[in-house]
Amino acid sequence: MDQLINYTLFLADNALIMGHRNSEWCGHGPILEQDIAISNIALDLIGQARNFYQYAATLIGNNATEDSLAYLRDVKEYKNCLLVEQPNADWAQTVLKQFFFSTFQYYLYQQLQNNNDEQLKAIAAKALKEVTYHVRWSSEWVIRLGDGTEESKKRLLKAVDELWMFTGELFEPASYELNTNIDFIFLKENWNKKNQIGF
Amino acid sequence: MITIRKFYYGDYGESKLGSSSDNETSSSPSGVGGEWPLWEVFIRSKQGLDHKHAGSLHAADATMAIENARDVYTRRMEGISIWVVESKHIHASNPDDADALYDPANDKAYRHPTFYNLPDAVKHM
Repeated sequence: MDQLINYTLFLADNALIMGHRNSEWCGHGPILEQDIAISNIALDLIGQARNFYQYAATLIGNNATEDSLAYLRDVKEYKNCLLVEQPNADWAQTVLKQFFFSTFQYYLYQQLQNNNDEQLKAIAAKALKEVTYHVRWSSEWVIRLGDGTEESKKRLLKAVDELWMFTGELFEPASYELNTNIDFIFLKENWNKKNQIGF
Repeated sequence: MITIRKFYYGDYGESKLGSSSDNETSSSPSGVGGEWPLWEVFIRSKQGLDHKHAGSLHAADATMAIENARDVYTRRMEGISIWVVESKHIHASNPDDADALYDPANDKAYRHPTFYNLPDAVKHM
């Protein structure tokens, strides 16, 4: 039971922190249309986080609520990966972070369809449609900046240098990530493949 | 006599008559000042049979225009299909010709098919 709770919180925390980082762009996007795009993604992720937190709250009982889980835990209790909490820098770093994370989420949610827990399965199935779009949106930006000008390419490569070291963690399962029927080797292979197509 | 001139969407109200001819010569693909060009967005709703003009937005190319349109105009389940067309490809009638173009239809009510008596046998009309 503890394992399921922790795993659900892990999924929730990832989505919440990434969503909040994206929401920092609201009103600061490089152009109105992209401001709306990244704010939409932020809302999608906060929505996913809510579903996971609500489920975790029912598992925990004890008057736990989605709010208390999302906002009233101590900093050390958050289980999110380091990638999502990296502060925003320029647009290249932001879209690359999104690409790394969304691609990870995409294959993870796909594999969650093999999970024994019906609720996690259902949340992941619903979120997968959103994530599919996030992957599409972010990968197009990565390609666009990589193939763009000298400046955009330089910024994107700088972002790769800064963020790459945080990607290893995605495929190093914590104790609560074991027994989830997630094939981490498969996950990593697919993630790498998608990245190769992107670059 | 109606003169045919190339007017662009967006000419309306922007500046005095004749601004369009400037546009015609300076139709740089990247738009003004290095900004992304403007695109017109048409959305077909679930019930609708036709795409309706929803608004306009900026994008670097058609792919991005469709994605931007998805994010800007279909956030509240407005649509199931999107068309985009670069605004510069839309030709518009000259608003100064409105009198000659549209007013003559004003007093020709007989053009509406409302003067026929339908036989009772005809249903579903």
